[in-house]
Amino acid sequence: MKKEYVSSSVFKKFVMGATGLALLGFVITHLLGNLLLYKKDGTAFNDYANKLASLGGLLYAAEIGLLAFFLYHAFTGIRLALMAKEAKPIKYAVKKSKGGESKWGLASNNMIISGSALLLFVVLHVLHFKFGPGINEGYVTALSDGTEVRDLQRHVVEQFKNPLMVVLYVVAMLGLGLHLKHGIWSAFHSLGLTRENNSKTIYCAGGALAAILAVGFLLIPIYLYFFY
Amino acid sequence: MSAKKMTVHLKVWRQKNKNDAGHFEDYTVQDISDDMSFLEMLDRLNVNLQKAGKLEVEFESDCREGICGTCSCVINGQPHGPVTGAATCQLYMRQFKDGDTIVIEPWRAKAFPVIRDLVVDRSGLDRIITVGGYTGAKTGPHADANSILVPKENAEKAMDYAACIGCGACVAACPNGSASLFTSAKISHMSLLPQGHPLRQSRVTRMVNQMDKEGFGHCTNIGECQSACPKEIKIDSIAIMRREFFNAAIRS
Repeated sequence: MKKEYVSSSVFKKFVMGATGLALLGFVITHLLGNLLLYKKDGTAFNDYANKLASLGGLLYAAEIGLLAFFLYHAFTGIRLALMAKEAKPIKYAVKKSKGGESKWGLASNNMIISGSALLLFVVLHVLHFKFGPGINEGYVTALSDGTEVRDLQRHVVEQFKNPLMVVLYVVAMLGLGLHLKHGIWSAFHSLGLTRENNSKTIYCAGGALAAILAVGFLLIPIYLYFFY
Repeated sequence: MSAKKMTVHLKVWRQKNKNDAGHFEDYTVQDISDDMSFLEMLDRLNVNLQKAGKLEVEFESDCREGICGTCSCVINGQPHGPVTGAATCQLYMRQFKDGDTIVIEPWRAKAFPVIRDLVVDRSGLDRIITVGGYTGAKTGPHADANSILVPKENAEKAMDYAACIGCGACVAACPNGSASLFTSAKISHMSLLPQGHPLRQSRVTRMVNQMDKEGFGHCTNIGECQSACPKEIKIDSIAIMRREFFNAAIRS
């Protein structure tokens, strides 16, 4: 594709939308997997975690792809935010939305802030759980067939006995909800998939999905803290 | 019914030229009728300033009936003021209360440098049109009117997008100073009509690139532009512009 297309702002937004939707797909499967934490005896979650880990090369390929999408999304997002600031160097002394169908609000105005917070959170989160203590640190459990594997469930449960950790994760997930509230609609619009007759539906469905994902994630640490 | 008289306090942006830092100045205008238009109120302010031997506030206006797109003020943080589907010239003082303070600022965007006070340079929009906002014309004898058939629905939609008066309120309202609504309205208008088809791909490519080159920002799909547009053009046009752009990119 020629440079005049790739270097344009419309193309950058296309990349944001496409990578954003791919990351959304990951977030949905991540929540579905995490729902296994509601089963108290831990084997279902550990089974799932170890099945993923045993995929070997396939898992590495998926992880590299995910990391590439994530970095590209974050990098382009930061660049676009800087470009936006440059295009509007002086803000109004008074600014008021004219309402109507405008999506002006907390979520849409702070995509770079919620996005940066998520970037930081994901780094901490991966260090926290993926590279957390394993078999060598004594977190061992036996699967249904008797093989000994990493007891990730125990690590997760122990971590969420710390109220600070619960608060951190709940706040991060509220940030995710905010980012997706505007992000899902925005991705569809940036990809040119909205039309006069479906844009309201897409916006509402995106908002609902954002709320379901955020609440679905943030209930897990609360459940583990109070009821486990 | 006799008109009510009112007094308004103004905070008006004063800026000598492009390089001046600019500042707000306070004025009070008395004896305003609530049947006066907002621009007539500014005229009254300028008469008062003239009488006092001071420099008038520069602002733009022409037709004063909402069709030329010349007037441009951000009033209390809203482009064209509090009414929707109307330009500044269609705003009346009955929208305000006696004793109100009204903050008046110019369109703000990097691509709209201030010329003086409330007057900004909107020629960037003209240059976007110049690179592609036209149709090819046949040479030779004039064709009969209505010789090209257009589906009724497309004609209606194209007309909605053609309603743009080029005032720049979309750029003013956009937190990123993007001209996407302006540009996409023209692209949508022409892509819906058969006359626009021969230049379809080069048009969208050139207009989008010119938009970036002029220093307008990108679109974050917030839709402040749609709410501020005096002609109520919908942001669905921006999705059309993107589809046209990808189509052109794939075929290039």
